[in-house]
Amino acid sequence: MRHSFTVEQVRSTVGALDDAGVPVIEVTHGDGLGGSSFTYGFSATDELELVAAAADEAKRAKIAVLLLPGVGTAEDLRAAKDAGATVARIATHCSEANISIQHFEMARMLGFETIGFLMMAHMLEPDALARQAVVMAEAGAQCVYVTDSAGALVLDQTSDRVGAVDAAVGPEVQVGFHGHNNLALGIANSVFAYRAGARQIDGATAALGAGSGNSPTEVLVAVFDRLGVHTGVELGAILAAAEEVVRPYMLHVPIADRQSVVMGYAGVYSSFLLHARRAAERYGVPAHEVLSEAGRRRLVGGQEDLLIDIALAMSQQKAPSTNGAASEPVPAERERV
Amino acid sequence: MDWLLERDELPQLVFEATSASAHVVNAPRYEAAGIQAVDLTPAALGPFVVPVVNLVENTDAPNVNLITCGGQATIPIVAAVCSVTEVPYAEIVASIASRSAGLGTRANIDEFTRTTARGIETVGGAARGKAVIVLNPAQPPVIMRDTVFCAVDPDVDRDAVASSILSMVSRVQQYVPGYRLKADPQFDDPRPEWRDLARVTVLVEVEGNGDYLPPYAGNLDIMTAAAAKVGDDLATAQRAPVVVTP
Repeated sequence: MRHSFTVEQVRSTVGALDDAGVPVIEVTHGDGLGGSSFTYGFSATDELELVAAAADEAKRAKIAVLLLPGVGTAEDLRAAKDAGATVARIATHCSEANISIQHFEMARMLGFETIGFLMMAHMLEPDALARQAVVMAEAGAQCVYVTDSAGALVLDQTSDRVGAVDAAVGPEVQVGFHGHNNLALGIANSVFAYRAGARQIDGATAALGAGSGNSPTEVLVAVFDRLGVHTGVELGAILAAAEEVVRPYMLHVPIADRQSVVMGYAGVYSSFLLHARRAAERYGVPAHEVLSEAGRRRLVGGQEDLLIDIALAMSQQKAPSTNGAASEPVPAERERV
Repeated sequence: MDWLLERDELPQLVFEATSASAHVVNAPRYEAAGIQAVDLTPAALGPFVVPVVNLVENTDAPNVNLITCGGQATIPIVAAVCSVTEVPYAEIVASIASRSAGLGTRANIDEFTRTTARGIETVGGAARGKAVIVLNPAQPPVIMRDTVFCAVDPDVDRDAVASSILSMVSRVQQYVPGYRLKADPQFDDPRPEWRDLARVTVLVEVEGNGDYLPPYAGNLDIMTAAAAKVGDDLATAQRAPVVVTP
């Protein structure tokens, strides 16, 4: 959506999802509270205005906000609470859970329902991921998500992680799964996650999300219905929401094109897609190569700024510049250490 | 502290690299003893300083604060742009290796973002500042990277901005040898979503000396190097002849 959501779009979407019985609706900049920036894109409408509109519109659904420690701050969390949000989803890279402790404490103090997001979950083995989940649970998370930010997990890799997290956090804490469709596995991974113990499953209506989109909520509902799993969401109503409310304002339909599949395959943070395209266009290099390099460098969520660095370096390799700035460290300096 | 303050001969300078809460307790005792304090914690009791930007204005302060590693790496660039043109908004992203982020940094990541943003404004000179910190766990550990974005007037003299940045980089290199640009400053034309402002992007890398801390931990090195530079400059100022005016 290029951070262009309007108050009217948020109202109509929340109204339709609420009617359909979606229990929790997240309304925040895609990179979390405070994400409006050069790096991640500026919001056309202040996210707190959107949160307030959503909270006003929802009759049953809870309104959630996302926070990435290091991007947004505890102050943003307080402002979101004032605007009417009741669920705080606090996200860190999967191996860095302990940077969220102060935010969970703050969120609990403010009376939020708390959810932890372990992003790029494909980058850690199940046991290591489970240890990070425990850090979030001990800090006050009531649910911890295996977050497949890159759409890189494949079936058993999802259930192994969900199962390990579920066993580690104990019965008091729920487990969730957030899927992306880069390898067209958002729905299938969600089913595997459910079977391994996940009880909160994220979807995006009409798959509207980063990369080739998230698991489409309306398809999740249909599939879980067929499996006899009660979601509480009414299929006809969520299909109507997707078809009549969301699709008309979508700027593009997420598909599994070359760039998206490369992201899933190379394990690249889905939000990088549009930024990589922009940087690739600016410097005249192929976007899928920028994304592959991002995977090779093992960039994590939040490092969108370095896509510029990658595209620029690629363009300089193609046409060596004479600008005199060092593009690579001088070998001699490296050898000194 | 007690041991230090009981010495017959007191130091003129103390570098405090404990924690913010410890420094809050210690700072008044240093001041009472006439010891100038260089504060490497986030306590932020004294004025924020970046050696190449504003230390000269603060050599008399009983206590100076070094902001954050991200601030030391990026505020000089913001100041360099601000010396040429107005900067209504500046934003920095600091990426550091997970292994170089200690428990203190991790427990206080909010303070890092807020303190750095404030430094971009008060020391760097931008009307509004924003800071982001990202921890990257890649192995082998990644060298500290900092990206600085400044919103600038579309008609700004780009050569003047670029040369101001380059000259600032060479001044920082005098005390942080591993501080370097990854590319020349990049200019982007105005866009509607940038409120029709243009943008200059500066890609910085900070490699540590590798003397004691590993070279990837440029974030730790730049704080140490900045503290040493501040210490040198404060000591020089203390030695300067006192001019007594009637």
